[in-house]
Amino acid sequence: MDERLVSRISYAADGIRLRVLDHTLNRRGGYLSQACSSADILASLYLSILKLDDLDHPLVPGPFSGVPSKDHPAVTGASFNGNGRSDCDNFILSPAQYALPLYATLVETGRLDNVAMENYNIDGSSVEQIGAEHSPGMEVTTGSLGQGISQAAGIAFARKRRGDSGRVIVFLSDGECQSGEFWEAVQAMSFHKLNNMLMFIDINGYQCDGIMTSVMNIEPFDERIRAFGGRVFRIDGHDIPLILSTYQKACEEPTDKPTFILCDTDVCRHMDILRERTKFHYVRFSSEEEWQRYRDYYDEKMKERSAGWKF
Amino acid sequence: MEILKNVHAKNIVEWAKDKPNTFLLSADLTSSVEAHLFRDAYPDRFLSMGIAEQNMLAFAGGMAREGLIPMVHTFAVFIYRRAYDQISMSVAYPNLPVKMFGFLPGVMTPGGATHQAIEDISVMRSLPNMTIIECGDATDVESCLDVAYSVDGPVYVRVLRGEIPRLFSKNDPMVLGKIRTLHEGDDLVLLTSGICTEEGMRAVSAMEDHGINIQHYHVSTLKPFDHPEIVEKIEKSKYGCIVLENHSIIGGLGTIIAEQMAKYGCSKKLYKMGLNDVFVHGASYRYLMRENDIDAMALVAKIESIVGQHFGIREEDLEETYTPADLSDAKPEAL
Repeated sequence: MDERLVSRISYAADGIRLRVLDHTLNRRGGYLSQACSSADILASLYLSILKLDDLDHPLVPGPFSGVPSKDHPAVTGASFNGNGRSDCDNFILSPAQYALPLYATLVETGRLDNVAMENYNIDGSSVEQIGAEHSPGMEVTTGSLGQGISQAAGIAFARKRRGDSGRVIVFLSDGECQSGEFWEAVQAMSFHKLNNMLMFIDINGYQCDGIMTSVMNIEPFDERIRAFGGRVFRIDGHDIPLILSTYQKACEEPTDKPTFILCDTDVCRHMDILRERTKFHYVRFSSEEEWQRYRDYYDEKMKERSAGWKF
Repeated sequence: MEILKNVHAKNIVEWAKDKPNTFLLSADLTSSVEAHLFRDAYPDRFLSMGIAEQNMLAFAGGMAREGLIPMVHTFAVFIYRRAYDQISMSVAYPNLPVKMFGFLPGVMTPGGATHQAIEDISVMRSLPNMTIIECGDATDVESCLDVAYSVDGPVYVRVLRGEIPRLFSKNDPMVLGKIRTLHEGDDLVLLTSGICTEEGMRAVSAMEDHGINIQHYHVSTLKPFDHPEIVEKIEKSKYGCIVLENHSIIGGLGTIIAEQMAKYGCSKKLYKMGLNDVFVHGASYRYLMRENDIDAMALVAKIESIVGQHFGIREEDLEETYTPADLSDAKPEAL
């Protein structure tokens, strides 16, 4: 294992968490726990796993240029990823609610200008709260949960037929896998042998209403996907060497199945201050005092980070 | 009248021969939607998607993003009712060239309320970027593929299957946005679509024998729709306009014409004939057309009441219409 790469990913992952914390403080609310649970996966994807178009410098996100229509061809955020190159991967962010962690990932990995964080959720900006295909790093419109994987499967079918070396890599969250469409997609991907698809699922165990097992249980998730015809690995989604080695293993062992890497994660990972909470879908502050505690926590973490401390 | 069998089934095989980017997606109704010959001719361009329409529509959106032309085939009702969110967000929003072929529109199926697409035009018409066309005869069915293919965006097509009449010359194909004028007259304007056009033709010709002259149009493009010249005809007519359609009176062609009349300031009356804001049940389409007053005799009665005369026209006075036998060999076995 390349230890320098692991340290770099780990450092970027904490950078993602801190960028989202800072943003959540500035805007008095944000999708912070999603960043905590997914940061190690997203950083591993963008710094090692994804085959991306090379960028000379971080791209500046443009203003929202209009919805697609016959007079306005669709524009997507793919230029921040593989940019449609046949040897590059598609990256499909299925839960568009993770847009903020994705933007923070793109900034942290040098693909998106930091101005994006200021433009986030500002009227007229393409850096939308629930991102759509015109948002940085987003290639399809996925805010209606469950549709991302089906669209990705259609893309994968076309790319496989064309003989592209680039793959379709999908990031999902566990909550959306309750939907029927997810399972329709898995059976279709398996039936049509879409082995050029690789799914990373952030199993953080929470959804809007609370703990998933109290809302609608999907376990045993790995066995269910396996029964639907997927190849499944289930790992600790914060163990970066394990994420990389599992990915390596998946690449080395030939299969005609779509591959799912299920990542068990923690919504408070490297953000202990969140542990007092019971709801995690969207973090907001109930008082000025609480906000200040989070601000102090952020300042302290940043001080440690600049002093070379690791979380 | 010329009656043709399995028009779409044969036509799509010939049509797709030199279009390697076209793919057919089917949801377990392959021969019921006349896709079986395509499946046999081009097995590697045929995708069986199972009874899973939500995935099928979003999957089609993904294919279209990569330059393929997916042609989704199933019953009309299962396209828009079962996968509306997927059509909206994975197909219509990004304006992708997914072509949706909906069979057995309205009362054409004996399958009852679950199988009858009675508000599909209403629902699909309100989706931005959507184009909607409807076939009224064999010539329309033969040309709907070219029309759908020519649009750079999603298209929803109401298609006919089995044994269907040829009402329009083979050399006069459907053209996007073009309304067919079937008969000239100053007393009334009649607009029909789909299977109701044949009913309209029968009634118009019977009325002509009694001195009532009707301007009859067949509409195949339901969206986009902007026809001031039609409204002008309505304005100049003696009695106004009748719309007859195999669809709910809410949101279909009748509503389209009402909107056009309001837009261009028409002072004449509009009579909407269609499914009168009711669900329908399982029975033959002839029976359902009679029951719901969307056949030629219902139209005759409506015209008589509008002009205030009774001509004593009987069913047997109308031109004959062809009804396929229950066990016709062109009729797919399955619903």
